[in-house]
Amino acid sequence: MGIFSKFVAKLKGQSTADPLDWKVLEEELLAADIGPTLTAEIIKSAQSLKGDDALASLTNILKSHLSTKSRELSVASDVRAILVVGVNGTGKTTSVAKLANLIHSFNSSVMLAAADTFRAAAVNQLQTWGERIGVPVISGKDGAEPASVAFDAAIAAKEAAVKFLIIDTAGRLHNKNDLMAELGKIRRVIEKTLPISEVLLVIDATTGQNGIAQAKIFAEAVDVTGLIVTKLDGSARGGIALAIESALDIPIKFIGTGEGERDFAPFDPERYLNGLVND
Amino acid sequence: MFDALSTKLTGAFSSLRSRGKLSTTDIENTCAEIKAALLESDVALSVVDSFIDLIREKSLAALPTLQSGSNQAQAIFEIVNAELIEILGGAARRVRLAKNPPTVIMLAGLQGAGKTTLAGKLAKFYLDQGNTPLLVASDLQRPNAVTQLQVVGESVGVPVFAPEPGNGVGNPVKVAEQALAFAKSKLHNMVIVDTAGRLGVDQELMQQAIDIRDAVKPDEILFVVDAMIGQDAVRTAKAFQDGVGFDGVVLTKLDGDARGGAALSIAKLTGLPIMFSSNGEKLTDFDIFYPERMASRILGMGDVATLAEQAKKALDTDSSAKLEEKFARGDDFTLEDFLEQLEAMSKMGSMSKLLGMLPGAGAMKKQIDNFDESEIVRTKSIVQSMTPLERQDPKVLNGSRRARIALGAGRKVQDVNALVDKFSAAQKMMRQMRNGGGMPPAMAQSMGMPAGMGAGPMGVKKGQAPSKKKSKSGNPAKRAAEERG
Repeated sequence: MGIFSKFVAKLKGQSTADPLDWKVLEEELLAADIGPTLTAEIIKSAQSLKGDDALASLTNILKSHLSTKSRELSVASDVRAILVVGVNGTGKTTSVAKLANLIHSFNSSVMLAAADTFRAAAVNQLQTWGERIGVPVISGKDGAEPASVAFDAAIAAKEAAVKFLIIDTAGRLHNKNDLMAELGKIRRVIEKTLPISEVLLVIDATTGQNGIAQAKIFAEAVDVTGLIVTKLDGSARGGIALAIESALDIPIKFIGTGEGERDFAPFDPERYLNGLVND
Repeated sequence: MFDALSTKLTGAFSSLRSRGKLSTTDIENTCAEIKAALLESDVALSVVDSFIDLIREKSLAALPTLQSGSNQAQAIFEIVNAELIEILGGAARRVRLAKNPPTVIMLAGLQGAGKTTLAGKLAKFYLDQGNTPLLVASDLQRPNAVTQLQVVGESVGVPVFAPEPGNGVGNPVKVAEQALAFAKSKLHNMVIVDTAGRLGVDQELMQQAIDIRDAVKPDEILFVVDAMIGQDAVRTAKAFQDGVGFDGVVLTKLDGDARGGAALSIAKLTGLPIMFSSNGEKLTDFDIFYPERMASRILGMGDVATLAEQAKKALDTDSSAKLEEKFARGDDFTLEDFLEQLEAMSKMGSMSKLLGMLPGAGAMKKQIDNFDESEIVRTKSIVQSMTPLERQDPKVLNGSRRARIALGAGRKVQDVNALVDKFSAAQKMMRQMRNGGGMPPAMAQSMGMPAGMGAGPMGVKKGQAPSKKKSKSGNPAKRAAEERG
C-alpha cells in the first residue's frame, strides 16, 4: 500500500537525530483517512523517536496502535454463528459470500442466512452467491421479519450441524435507533438457539472519519468482535480501519479486494505494516 | 460524533467573542481551529489548505473595517459560512432537459454509493413532475442488481427496461443503446440509466462506462457519492471526471451523521454542481441540494432544517393539528398532550442525537453526553400509569392516587410529585405564552428535557423548526434555512 512512501523515502537511512519533515508524514497520514486525532498521536510519538533506525521506530509506533486481540475467527462453539453488520452499501452481502467461500475452501461446512429482507432483491443477491459458491442459503418470504429468518436459520444450522452459520443483515445507518434495536433483536433470537461467536462490522475503505462513529455505535448495540474492510482494491487506503482499531480496540479480521469470491483474505498485520512503510 | 467540529469552532468563536478587538493572532488561531475541524469533517487536505488561506486573507482584509465593540467574531464566522456556501452552491443548477426528448440521465459511481436506489428516487421525482421516465438496468455486474432495479421501479410505478438477466450476463452498452430506441418508440421523455459500481482505478470498467456514455449520449451524467466518504473522495472524483466525465454530483446517505466534508472537496476540485441529496431508505427521501444546509452541517453549527424535517416525519400530523387547534381554542396543555410529544420525540431518535443538531450544540456537548435517555422513558412511565382523568386534570392527584401511580410506574412518590410540579409550572407558562411571548427555555428544562427540546409539535406543524430554537440561533445562515423550512 505504501501510504507513507514519500515520507519513508526521506526517512531511509536516516537516524532519528536528523531533523525530519513531519509535515510530509502528517499529510500522508491524513490523506489515508487515519484522521486528525490518531495522526497527531503518531506524529507526537514519532517526534520523540530515539535510535538510529527511524524507519524501524516508525513501524513500531504504528504497531503499537494495532489491536492485540486475536484476528482468528472464534471456534469456541460447535456451530459458530457469525453476524455480519454495517451501514448501507459497504459490501455486507458480498463479504458474507466471500467469507463463506473462504470457510468452504477449508472444507468446513457453512450455511448462510439472508436476513436482509429490507433492500430490494438482497435475498436474491445472496441466493445467487450461494449457488455460485455451493453453499446453502436460508431465506424467508419477501419482507419477512429479519429476526424470524435469523431464528429459522439458527435452527436449521443446528439441525444440519454445520460448523458455521453466517447471517447477512440489512444495511443500517448507525444513527437510526429503531434499526439498531432491530439488530439487537436479531442477535437475541439467534442466541436462543446458538451462541453468537462473532459479530463482524463491514467498513468500506473509502469511509472517512464517520467510520469511528459507526464502529462505536454498532459496538454498543451488538458487541462487534472484528472488522471486515472492503474495497481495498480501489484508491482508498482504508486508514479509518486503523483509526477504529486504535480508538476502540476492535481488530480488523478480513479484507475485501474485489468483486470475485476469492478477492478476500484474513488481515495480516505484519504484511500490512510492511506495506505501509516499505514501498 | 457531532462533537469535534462544533466544539472546536464554538470554542474558537467564543474565545474570539470574549476579546474586545481582534488581532491578527486571533485570526491565526481561529484558522488553525477551523482547519482541524474541517479535517475532522473529511474535507480533503488540499482543499482545507486553500480554503484556510482564503479565510485568512478575507478575515485579515476585513479586520480594519471591524469596529471594536461590534460582533467581530460573528463577522469572521459569516466569512467562513459564506465561503462554504459559495463553494458548495456556486455552480448550482437544475438538470438540463433535452430539447428533443428523451432526456438521458446516466448514473455513475463507486460500488455501494447508492446508485440503484437513487435511480428509483430520481424516477419518482420526475414522474411526480409529470414526466414519463424509463429506468434502464445497465448494472449487469452485481448479483441481482437487475432484480433490485425492477423491484424499485415497480414500487415507484416506473417501467424498467431490463432485457438482460445480469449477474455477469449481457452487455450493458447494448442494453443502454436498445433502451434509448425503446424509450423513443414508447414516447418516454426521460431515460435514467443505472450502471454498475466501479472503482476509479479500474480502467477496464471505466472504459465500459465511457462506452455506455458514447452509446446513449447522456444530457446529464451524475456522479453518485456516499456522504460518508473520506479523503479518497478527491481521487475518486478526479478519476471519474477524467474517465467517463460527469456534469453534476448527487450526495447519498445524508440521513447518516457524517458531516459530509467530501461534498466541499468535490465541489471545489471539480467545479461541478451538487444537484441532489438523498437522505433515507424510502423512495421519497430525496431532494434538491441546499448549499446552506450543507455548510451548516460541515461546520457542525447545527442543522435545524434537517431537524425540523425529521420532526415533521416523526410527528403524526393529525395529533399535532389537534394540539394546534387546542392551543388556539385556549384549552389547556394536558399530560396527555405531553405524553404524545414525548412519544413523537422518541420516534425521532436519541435525544443526544437530536440535541446535537441544534446550533451551539458543541458548547453543550458535555450536558448532551450526560443526558440520560432513560429519563424520557421514566417520565413516560409515570404519565402512562395515570388514568385518563388524571392526565386531563392533574389537580385530582391526591396522596393515594400518587402512591398508586408511583407503584404502577415503579418510581418513588417523590418522582411523581416532581413531575406534577414541573408540569403545573409548564402549564402555567404555556398559558402565558398563549397570551404573547415565547416559551422560555427554562420550561423545557423543567420538563426534564434540556433547553430547546420542549417545543414538540407546536412549532413543527407549520413546517419549520420550533420557533424557540430559532430565536436561540444567532447564525443568520441558519435562520435563513429555518425560515425556508
